[in-house]
Amino acid sequence: MTATDTSLSTTTPVTKGSGISARARKRLTSPWASLAAVVIAVLWTLPTFGLAVSSLRPEREIKTTGWWTFFRDPTITLDNYRAVLSAEGSEGLGSFFVNSFVITIPSVIIPICLALLAAYAFAWIRFPGRSVLFVAVFALQIVPIQVTLIPLLTLYVKADIVGSFWTIWLSHSIFALPLAIFLLHNFMRDIPPGLLEAARIDGAGHRQIFFRVLLPLLTPAVAAFAIFQFLWVWNDLLVALTFAGGGSEVAPITVALANLSGTRGTAWHLLSAGAFVSIIVPVVVFLLLQRYFVRGLLAGGLKG
Amino acid sequence: MTTAGKFLEMGTAILLFVAVVGVILFVAGRLGGRRGDRWVAFLYLTPAVLMLAVGLIYPAARTIYQSFFDAAGDTFIGLDNYQTIFTSDEQLTVLRNTVLWVVVTPFAATGIGLLYAILVDRARLEAFAKALIFLPMAISFVGASIIWKFVYEYRPDQVGVKQIGLLNQVLVWIGGTPQQWLVDPPWNTLFLILVMIWIQAGFAMTVLSAAIKAIPDDVVEAARLDGVTPVGMFRYVTLPSIRPAVVVVLTTIGIGTLKVFDIVRTMTGGQFDTSVVANEFYSQSFRSGNEGLGAALAVLLFVLVIPIVVYNIRQLRAAEAR
Amino acid sequence: MRLRVTTPNLTAASVGALSLTLVLAGCGGGSTDSDDRAANAPKVDCTQFTQYGDLKGKTITVYTGIVTPEDKAYTDSYKPFEECTGATVKYEGDKAFETQILVRAKAGNPPDLAIVPQPGLLRQLVETGRAVEAPAEVAANVDKFWGADWKAYATVDGKFYGAPSGASIKSLVWYSPSEFKDNGYEVPKTLDQLIQLSDKIAATGKKPWCAGISSGEATGWPITDWMEDMMLRLHGPETYDKWVNHEIPFNSPESAAALDEVGKYLKNADYVNGGLGDVKSIATTTFQDAGLPILEGTCSLHRQASFYAANFPAGTRVAEDGDVFAFYLPGKDESAKPLLGGGEFNLAFSDRPEVKAFQTYLSTDTWANIKASVSQGWVTANKGLDVSNVSNSIDKLAAELLADPNSVFRFDGSDQMPGAVGSNAFWKQSTSWITGQSTKQTVDNIEAAWPK
Repeated sequence: MTATDTSLSTTTPVTKGSGISARARKRLTSPWASLAAVVIAVLWTLPTFGLAVSSLRPEREIKTTGWWTFFRDPTITLDNYRAVLSAEGSEGLGSFFVNSFVITIPSVIIPICLALLAAYAFAWIRFPGRSVLFVAVFALQIVPIQVTLIPLLTLYVKADIVGSFWTIWLSHSIFALPLAIFLLHNFMRDIPPGLLEAARIDGAGHRQIFFRVLLPLLTPAVAAFAIFQFLWVWNDLLVALTFAGGGSEVAPITVALANLSGTRGTAWHLLSAGAFVSIIVPVVVFLLLQRYFVRGLLAGGLKG
Repeated sequence: MTTAGKFLEMGTAILLFVAVVGVILFVAGRLGGRRGDRWVAFLYLTPAVLMLAVGLIYPAARTIYQSFFDAAGDTFIGLDNYQTIFTSDEQLTVLRNTVLWVVVTPFAATGIGLLYAILVDRARLEAFAKALIFLPMAISFVGASIIWKFVYEYRPDQVGVKQIGLLNQVLVWIGGTPQQWLVDPPWNTLFLILVMIWIQAGFAMTVLSAAIKAIPDDVVEAARLDGVTPVGMFRYVTLPSIRPAVVVVLTTIGIGTLKVFDIVRTMTGGQFDTSVVANEFYSQSFRSGNEGLGAALAVLLFVLVIPIVVYNIRQLRAAEAR
Repeated sequence: MRLRVTTPNLTAASVGALSLTLVLAGCGGGSTDSDDRAANAPKVDCTQFTQYGDLKGKTITVYTGIVTPEDKAYTDSYKPFEECTGATVKYEGDKAFETQILVRAKAGNPPDLAIVPQPGLLRQLVETGRAVEAPAEVAANVDKFWGADWKAYATVDGKFYGAPSGASIKSLVWYSPSEFKDNGYEVPKTLDQLIQLSDKIAATGKKPWCAGISSGEATGWPITDWMEDMMLRLHGPETYDKWVNHEIPFNSPESAAALDEVGKYLKNADYVNGGLGDVKSIATTTFQDAGLPILEGTCSLHRQASFYAANFPAGTRVAEDGDVFAFYLPGKDESAKPLLGGGEFNLAFSDRPEVKAFQTYLSTDTWANIKASVSQGWVTANKGLDVSNVSNSIDKLAAELLADPNSVFRFDGSDQMPGAVGSNAFWKQSTSWITGQSTKQTVDNIEAAWPK
C-alpha cells in the first residue's frame, strides 16, 4: 500500500479534549507567522498550478517554454483535453471512467463491511488468542503488494474469474483489510464501555449493540477510512494492471492514462491534461468529504 | 459489457457482501450465552481472516521461502541472496538510499505539517489553507511525477533555449546556471524525497491539527496566565500534548516511505543511484528474472518495518493497560 | 533494444486510402467499393484463407506492448483473417507488457498469443512452461521466408517457438539532407570518415552529435545499441556472437574497446550534446527528444533506429530530399556491412486450432504484405515482403538494407542477454558510464552482474 493509507489513527490517547469549546491554544500571531504560512501554501500549490496551466497550453509551447510564460503570452487551447478524452483508436476515456467508479465503490464498501465485523470481535468480544491474532492482522500491513501479484493471480486463474471486476474488488479488499480492521478497532475501543454495558443489561445481543450503539458512533471513522480507501483505489495502477488484464473491458482510468502517450515519446501535452482529468475526481471527493475526515480523526484515535 | 451491465454487476457484488455480513450477524445472533461469544467472534472474524490468509499470509510465506533460492527458483542457496544485498555495491547504495528516505521523509513531512498546522490554526480561511496543503494527497504518484517534471526539468544553458522546469528558471532568474537535479547522487535522492514530503505533509498537518484542537482549554489558559511565551507554549504545552499523535504520524509516513516505489520508478527509473528497496525488488523480480534476490529484498522490507510495528504494538498495549 | 518500428506522422485518411489500394492490389481482387469502412476493413480474396477452416465464434487474444498509434495497423491487418474465417481477434496493447506478461504467464493467465520484442524475454517466457511450440506449418513458413538466424532467435533448447513479426534497423544515423547539401558534407562510407565529418562540423563551432538515453526504468538502452554497433564494427560478427553469448567475458578487451569507441563520440565534449547541453545532459534527455535538435539546426547527427521517424513532429518530411533522413552507420571499411537490428516474435501459449491457424497466418507472406501496406513505419525480414508495399522512404531504406546480400544482420545483443544483464545491469551501468564512470569499471560491473 502507499503511505497515504497506512495507519491514521493513533494507538495512544492524547490528552482528553473538553469538547468543541476546547479551541484555545497558543498561536504565533506575528506577521512573520502569516508570511510563513503563505510561503508554505504557495510552495505547495505551485507545482499543481503549473500542471493546470500546462494542460491548457499548445503542445509546441509546453515543449519549448515554461508554463509561467503563459502569463506574458496567454494562449489557451482545449486541444489537449480533446485529444485525451477522445484518444484515437479507442472510444476515449469515458468507459475507463465508468470502470474506475465500478472498481472503486465496491472496493471501498466490501472491506469496510468485513472489517467492521472483525474489528467488533477484536474490540468487544473476549476469546482466546485475541491479542495475538490482532497483532498479526496489524503486522500484515507490512506485506508489499508486489509479492502478492503472482500468487493471487494464480488463484484467480484457478477460480476462473480472471478479467472480471471480481479480481480487482477482491484484491483491493484484501489489501485494505489490515488497516481497516486496525483503524476501526481503535475507534471502537474509544467508545466508553459503559454504553455497551448498559445496552447489554437491557438485553441487547451483539447484533443490536453493533447496529444500535456502535454504528452511529462510528460513522465519522468509517467516513475517514472510506476517503483514504477511495483515494488509494482510484489512484492505483499496479493492482489494476495485473488483475484487470483485458483491455478496456474492466481497466480503470489510470491504466488508460499510462498508455495514453503511446509510443510517441514524451507527449507532455497529453500527460498533463490526462493527469488533470484523473485527479479531478479524488480531489472533489476529498474536498466534499473533508469535514467528515477531520471529524473522524477527532472522534476516534486522537482522543483518550 | 454495457455501462448498465457493469453497474449491475457492481450492485450484485455489494449486495452479495452485505448479504454475507447479514447472514453472519443473523447466525451469530442465534448463539447465546458465554460460550456463544467465542462462536460469535469466530463467525465475525472468519471472512476477514480467510481473505487475509489467502491474499497476504500465503504470498508472504512463499516470498520468505523463495528468498533462499537462486534466480530461477530451483536451487537452495541459503543466505546468499541476503549476502548479495549486504555486500554488492549496487545493493548497498539501494540500502543507503532507503535509509535516507526513511529518515528524512517522516521528520521533514511531520515538521512542515506541524508548523503549518500551528500557523493556520484558527486563522481566517483555515479550511481553505488546509485544503491547499492536503491536495497533493489526492493525487496519484504517477500524477505527482508528471507535476514534478515541470519543476525539475532541465534545458541547457544556451541562447534561444528556455527553461521548462520551474526550479531551473528560478535559478536562472537569480543568476545561476541550470542544473540537472536528478542526476548527481546523493542530491538527486533528496529531490525525489521532496516529492514524497510534498505528498505527505498534508496528512501530517491534518492529523496534527486535529490533535492540537483537542488540547483542553484550561491547560492552555493556565499556561497563558503563567506568562508562557509562544515558543515556551509550544515547547511545554503543545508538543507534550500531541506527542502520541506525532509518533503515529511519523510511523505511518515511515511505513509508507519504505514501500515507496512509484515515485522512483516514474521519475528516474532507479537510475543514477536513486533506487530504493521497493523499486529494486520490482525490477529484480519482474525485469531481471532474479526472483530469489527480489524475494530477499521483499523480506528485508518486512524486516525493516518490524521495529515500527513492534513500537506501535507496545503503544497499543500501553493504551489497553490504562 | 525493446522498441519497435513506429508509425511516422501521416494522417489517418491517407493511411486508410493507401491501405485500401495496396491491399486490393496485393490480394488481387475483391470489390472496389471505397467507403471509409472498407478502408479499415480491407476486402480480400478469401481463397487464401480456406486452409484455416471455419473458425466462427472462436476468439484469439493477443497481448502486446504495441500501443497507440501503431496498434491500429495490427488490428487492421488481422481483419482479413477475421472476415474470412469468422474468428475474432482481441488485441490488448499495454506499455507495461514486458513485466506484466511474465506475471501473467507465471500465474497461468497468459494470452493466446504474445508479440514478444526480445529473444531474451521469449526464453524467459518459455521457461515458465506455459508457452507452446510453434506448429509445423509455422516452422515451414519460417524456413521458407526467413533466414536461419531469425529462426534461431525464437528457438529455445532446440525447440522452435514462434515466427518473427516486425523488424527494425538500428544502424542508422539521422541527419539533415539540406544541411549536408548546403555545407558540402558527404555521407560517410567508413567509421574514419564519420570521425572526419564530426571533426569538420565541430570545427565550425557546432556540436555535431546529439543523444539522449532517458527512458524511464529502461534508461540507458540507446548506449547499449551504440556499443553493440561498435562491437560489430570493430570486431566482426563472430566475436559479437561470442560476446552476446558470454563466450568471451563482458570485461574483455574487445568489449572495452567497443565502449571506448562509443566514448569517442558520446563522451567527447566537442561532439555532444548539440542543442541539449553537455555530455551529462545525455543522461537526462529522453531518447524521444534527443534527435529533434536536427530540425532546429543545433545538431547534425543522431544515431537511432528506423522507428525514430515517428518522433519528428507532424509535418516533418522524412525523405532523402526532405527535412531529415538517415544514412547507414558505416562499417570500419566499405567492405564490411554489419547491420544491427531488432524485431518481435509471435509466441503462443495455447495450441487450440484457431490459435494455430492465426499463428500460421502471421507467418505468411500474405500477412507481411497486408501488414506492410496498412502500416507506416513497419518492415519485416520476411523475404516474401514485396518492397513496393512499403510506402515511406525510411522504411524502404530499412527494407533494402535488410534485403541487401552484403548486409550481415545481427540481432540486438542486449535483447538476447539474460534479463539481469540485458534489461538491468547493461542499462544501469551505461547510464553511470555516461555520467562519469570509467569504461573499465563499467564493463567490470556488467560482467559481475552476469548470472553464474
